[in-house]
Amino acid sequence: MSNRYVIKKIIGALLTLFAVVVFNFFLFRIVDRDPLSKYRGRSKLSLEQREAMIRRMGLSGSKWDQFVVYIKSTLRLDFGRSFDSTRPVLREIADRLPATLILVGISTALTIGIGLYIGAKAGWARGSRFDRVSTSGTMVLYATPEFFFGMLLLAIVAGRTGWFPTGGLRDIGANYGFVDSLLDRAHHLVLPSLTLTLGYLGSYSLIMRTSMLETLGEDYLTTARAKGLKESDVMTHHAVPNALLPSVSVIAISFGFVIGGAITTETVFSYPGLGLATADAIRNTDLPMLQALFLVASAAVIFLNLVADLTYGLLDPRIRHST
Amino acid sequence: MSDSVASISPRGMTWARRKRALARVWRELRNDRSGFSGLLILLGFGLVALCAPLIADRSLLLAAAGRNNPDLAGPSAKFLLGTDDIGRDILAQLVWGSRVSLFIGIFATVVAVLIGSLVGLVAGYVKGKVATVLLAIDNFFLVVPFLPLAIVLAVILGRSPVTLALVIGFTSWAGSARLVRAQVLSLSERGYVERARALGANSRHVILRHILPGVAPLIIANATLIVPGAILTESTLSFLGFGDRLSPSWGKLLDGAQSSGSITLNAWWYYLPPGLCIITVVLAFTLFGRALERIFDPRLAGR
Repeated sequence: MSNRYVIKKIIGALLTLFAVVVFNFFLFRIVDRDPLSKYRGRSKLSLEQREAMIRRMGLSGSKWDQFVVYIKSTLRLDFGRSFDSTRPVLREIADRLPATLILVGISTALTIGIGLYIGAKAGWARGSRFDRVSTSGTMVLYATPEFFFGMLLLAIVAGRTGWFPTGGLRDIGANYGFVDSLLDRAHHLVLPSLTLTLGYLGSYSLIMRTSMLETLGEDYLTTARAKGLKESDVMTHHAVPNALLPSVSVIAISFGFVIGGAITTETVFSYPGLGLATADAIRNTDLPMLQALFLVASAAVIFLNLVADLTYGLLDPRIRHST
Repeated sequence: MSDSVASISPRGMTWARRKRALARVWRELRNDRSGFSGLLILLGFGLVALCAPLIADRSLLLAAAGRNNPDLAGPSAKFLLGTDDIGRDILAQLVWGSRVSLFIGIFATVVAVLIGSLVGLVAGYVKGKVATVLLAIDNFFLVVPFLPLAIVLAVILGRSPVTLALVIGFTSWAGSARLVRAQVLSLSERGYVERARALGANSRHVILRHILPGVAPLIIANATLIVPGAILTESTLSFLGFGDRLSPSWGKLLDGAQSSGSITLNAWWYYLPPGLCIITVVLAFTLFGRALERIFDPRLAGR
């Protein structure tokens, strides 16, 4: 992989991130001319407090001055204070990030693993019983809002049987040892990660199936068969790697959807991560939180897209060997 | 006799050809089992949405309507699908909800398709700086996670159904711009476009008479596939607190079901019907859209 390719991709990612920051300023400072009017506690503020708040939020001076202040504080990761809790936004986000990373991490790994497996198998055996059943199944999965899955799981598994907790991160008030506390957290993770996995399984498997269908007629498969390879080897060593390649970039883009899914899933299960924080911020019109949460979500997706692009560069010999 | 005269003029020939093409699409759609059943389901829901005032009175949606009814009562002869947490008839909300959900889904799609086709056409037809800038904007909207983007836009611009539709449309055009651009690029290389240019046709003529008819089928099939996404996004945004509780979409009903604790109370008549409606309509649009795609692009047949 040439250095030029890597540098070009990194600069592209940074530019997109900068565009998000500018977009944020445009939306929260220019389209919305008076962000402070959304602050519910404003009527209780004295004149001095109000002015202090305007200064702290960088709302005084010309739009250009405001923009400079805004960029500087964003670079320092200073996103102001939450309208709702009045704690610094950065602290709120840092506190909730680990819970979401674990949930989204587990679900993404499961979705990609299971989704690509089903899609590859279905595409390879196009028109077979497995293909028909799995394709209709994934279309129903795709058509279902993930939070509705969550509600059904809550009603059936948690409500009726009591096998799983109905929400939260861990048992409140219980005094567990280290191992038990880990098990307890895992127990709370089962239903939310199952919801998120089921919610996005469909799109991944459909992407992989299409990609697999496109490789079916390729000459290199005929060559592999002519060499006398077993059909299963032709699939795993020749068809799947080539079908995976175009999937990589689509998967990175779909990652943005999983982040969206985390917002509703965490809401259904009162799972205290960034998704639930987003839902709370919507209901409280907590602008500083929303602005920072949007930036964090975008940065995550931009970063993963960069990783996907670089992976693509490593996987595709046409880019790897180019200079 | 007038018929044969009309078909000799170029305009008449074009129309006769288009009529034949339309008849072919209809014939193939009739033979496509999943696509045709999707269409029938959609017509059914469309009929319910249009006839909503005949099925249930609008006043049943008002907060005061449920004052004398039991809260969260199960299905009965009086309330076929029970009542919600403030005693309102759920069937009435479901019927009126089909209007809100379908309206937002379709309106958002119109917005997305208009922006997407325009950007795609221009970016594909014009070369140079304009195309570069348009592609950069397109790329921004493709990469930035789209639900968080829709959320911040809706928070700032307002929570009414029309604003929601605009926000959803504004955040979901990037994919179709890509598709349209690719198709325009491939059409521009075709012989008949070069021939038209060589004969002295200007850009306006080439775009309107040669490029647009070529991309139109793609745009239609793509639009049919954007609607289900838009309906899902609408239900998600409503579930997260946007939208109007007194004129609820299906997603807003799910929000009410969730926040009233209907799940722990086992009030399945509250959360099950709106969820199933969303799944059915989204599935029907997807089946119909995929069938159109297959018909317009024979390369996809058999998938």
